[in-house]
Amino acid sequence: MGTLENRRNVGTGVGANEYGGRRVRAPLMKMKPLEKRPEHPLPSPSDWTFELVEQYHEVIRQTAERYGLDTYPNQLEVITSEQMMDAYASVGMPVNYRHWSYGKEFIATERHYKRGQMGLAYEIVINSDPCIAYLMEENTMAMQALVIAHACYGHNSFFKNNYLFRMWTDASSIIDYLVYAKNYVADCEQRYGLDAVESTLDSCHALMNHGVDRYRRPAKLSLAQEQAMRKDRESYAQQQVNDMWRTLPRRPEDEAKAEEKRRFPDEPQENLLYFIEKNAPLLEPWQREIVRIVRKIAQYFYPQRQTQVMNEGWATFWHHKLLNTMYDDGYLSDGMMIEWLKSHTNVVAQPPMQQLNPYALGFAMYTDIKRICENPTPEDREWFPEISGSDWLPTLDHAMRNFKDESFIAQYLSPKIMRDFRLFSILDDEHQAEYEISAIHDEQGYQYVRQALSRQYDLSTREPNIQVWNVNLRGDRSLTLRHQQHLDRPLHDDAQEVLKHVARLWGFGVHLESVNARGDVSRRWSVPAPQH
Amino acid sequence: MTGLQQIIDRRLSGKNKSIGNRERFLRRYKDQIRDAVRRAVDKRGIRDMERGEEVHIPKRDLSEPVFSHGDGGIREVVRPGNTEHIKGDRIGKPQGGQGGGGGSQASDSGEGEDDFVFHLSKEEFMQVFFEDLALPNLARTTLAETPEYKTVRAGYVTDGTPTNLHVVRSMRGALGRRIALGMDKRRELHELETRLQTLQQEEDVRKPEVKTLIAETEARIVLLRQRLSNIPFLDPIDLRFRNRIKVPQPTTRAVMFCLMDVSGSMDESRKDLAKRFFILLYLFLTRHYEKIEVVFIRHHTQAQEVDEQNFFHATETGGTVVSSALVMMEEIIRARYPAGDWNIYGAQASDGDNWHHDSGRCRELLADKILPLCRYYAYVQVAEAEQNLWEEYAKLEDEVRHFAMRKAVEVAQIYPVFRDLFKKEGAAA
Repeated sequence: MGTLENRRNVGTGVGANEYGGRRVRAPLMKMKPLEKRPEHPLPSPSDWTFELVEQYHEVIRQTAERYGLDTYPNQLEVITSEQMMDAYASVGMPVNYRHWSYGKEFIATERHYKRGQMGLAYEIVINSDPCIAYLMEENTMAMQALVIAHACYGHNSFFKNNYLFRMWTDASSIIDYLVYAKNYVADCEQRYGLDAVESTLDSCHALMNHGVDRYRRPAKLSLAQEQAMRKDRESYAQQQVNDMWRTLPRRPEDEAKAEEKRRFPDEPQENLLYFIEKNAPLLEPWQREIVRIVRKIAQYFYPQRQTQVMNEGWATFWHHKLLNTMYDDGYLSDGMMIEWLKSHTNVVAQPPMQQLNPYALGFAMYTDIKRICENPTPEDREWFPEISGSDWLPTLDHAMRNFKDESFIAQYLSPKIMRDFRLFSILDDEHQAEYEISAIHDEQGYQYVRQALSRQYDLSTREPNIQVWNVNLRGDRSLTLRHQQHLDRPLHDDAQEVLKHVARLWGFGVHLESVNARGDVSRRWSVPAPQH
Repeated sequence: MTGLQQIIDRRLSGKNKSIGNRERFLRRYKDQIRDAVRRAVDKRGIRDMERGEEVHIPKRDLSEPVFSHGDGGIREVVRPGNTEHIKGDRIGKPQGGQGGGGGSQASDSGEGEDDFVFHLSKEEFMQVFFEDLALPNLARTTLAETPEYKTVRAGYVTDGTPTNLHVVRSMRGALGRRIALGMDKRRELHELETRLQTLQQEEDVRKPEVKTLIAETEARIVLLRQRLSNIPFLDPIDLRFRNRIKVPQPTTRAVMFCLMDVSGSMDESRKDLAKRFFILLYLFLTRHYEKIEVVFIRHHTQAQEVDEQNFFHATETGGTVVSSALVMMEEIIRARYPAGDWNIYGAQASDGDNWHHDSGRCRELLADKILPLCRYYAYVQVAEAEQNLWEEYAKLEDEVRHFAMRKAVEVAQIYPVFRDLFKKEGAAA
């Protein structure tokens, strides 16, 4: 079976900056020149045709090549708005297993769409190899060109090159894996009944956000396997030894101490689904496989959740750059330009006081990095000495490859952007009667705002930190989870409901302790063992 | 750099990919949905069953819980668009509740009160309704079957397949077009020809100005002839095709009599049961007849023809004389629905309570007067106790094939009343 995570051949015979054995393409230092100006611009009717899409794609491809964008091959799929809603509903994937929550999602999307409360996204793009991008049939030719530039060259090159995607996702196998997952779940439904499968999936979905590995696993699977096998052998031998020792009399206080100290797992574990898959005593084999499927898919989406600003910003920056270059080269007519620019302007709109629009922020940041490279001010030279005045293509390439939102903002958010957006940070302390403006876009505030915004995009502060703490091996086999409070933020009351799902998977009682900064348990939830 | 692998047109494939998810959604909330359908059935008229329904489900029932942060603790958010604050400014928190710091938080909880609303399609609605009635598949397919269509001629249209080309119409159109388009040219041509003739006969043809005049006229004539011959003999716009449209198979008319006891002992739940019984027969009839009339007769000691609203919702008290309704039914048939022109269906619902001297008369009325006129007559008793009306009717059941009777104290028991009806029609279809 294919796997989503790429742990194969890690670190075998490749440079230190490479992951998963995929070779990094060196960025271009300068844009390649245009070979020959076209005699006429591309035809620009408002309706698209297959030939036109192909013509436009070819020119966009050539332009992207001149900038050195490294992408997977593209597969464009023309779909209807209904199919777009289908794709929306099943988390944007072309195939997925069946679940009621996707049905709910579809109904909600359809309702909003029909009432005109929302427009559908112009595109969905899938991190797969080949990279699949959906074009809605309702789009005009200008919009299709925008989508191709945005998805097929922007997102696509991001998927292929950003380190998180390289580390955690295997684009070539995702579609196969989803087909497998769909068939497997359907098979289970037939065999064990819709209800059993549905409740297992419900429980897994409740823990999906806590079913990912956040840090890189030790590399070299072959070696790891070898070690594991060796450990197995050793532990088997040790068991024999232990049994021998057990017959010998022991001093009672020693034994008591050892029992107290012995904990399972040895160290707290953050991947709840992984822990359950491997250790839940009562799960059937098929249930373990379903836990695994949900966990794998969660892991596949984990990089996307961490790179919203970077990914959307990158795609927006490149559709803007590519289409403008094509205009300068004489490929695009004025009408086309006006039309896609209108959409572009809507996409990067940032209403004041609202949540930050990742498209707007990302686009502004990449554009700003390019500006710092080309026309640095004294302020930029002070803040970004390394990149001021450097070649913008390799600098941007580096910024795209090696960061996630949190670190990208911490590294590249410039005072100019903070001024342009008029960013400010608001502190909400439970013990204070009022909100406090902790920093604004001024000389004293730049560093502070930048740090605060960076933290805002850190998934580990957005989501509560919950880990597997202990299993009562000697007694009722209950599982204890531990919530480490961050800045005294409590858990939402839904925790009780989620705990029921954990208990369903675990098969025995489950406890959850919320621990504050001083290490005291400030709140405790418990769910008894489910009835069997 | 690798390029475009391919463009795939997916528009025709994979339609309704989400249907499996929707089915699972409906399945999960079938209790709420069934309730909604029941309420709708109660509210709607029996001729108004076949449409969808809005279903409301409280949002909290649909929530998928995950571990998340609650209100409280220390939070810091960065927002754009600051035009009025400087560092150290303090802003009052909104009153009532500790939270609501961010805009999103507030809107989330604001929306949380709403119901999740969705539209149950006509098919899904009927599916739930049938499930409630425990209809077997055969009956469901009978009810779900679309009416037969017959293609009939419907004039002529401007495009179609070559096989439908109507040659005479097309040629007639072409002729008209040729005449219309060439009219002024032909007139001018005619004038020019006359002029040329006069010029050649009367004027001195050797005069240079006459010569040029003749040459000009001749040139013009040639041009006009050319133009006329350029008018196509047959143009695509002349083509006419026979048009055929599908119309539902004209079937004969049916009238359905709904007879119900509205005496004091018929409470709301019994009436509700009876209503489903009538609905089912009505649905069956709509599949087989183009035009259906429904006659509502209610009775206690006296019978009365009423509209649907009064039929189901008005309450009466007093004793029960069932034969009064049967007499009225027969009178109405004789007066308005001659048996030769109408297919007559009877559906009677009662709790079995009757004035005991009357039951024998009911049987006679049915056997002698009504059943000979009816295609089918169904009786449902919405109570358990077997009284004399039941006993009398039971004698008929064996004798008459198109008479059915059944007891039903819950909705799932209604269908067997119609079993024969569906069996026969299902087999024929």
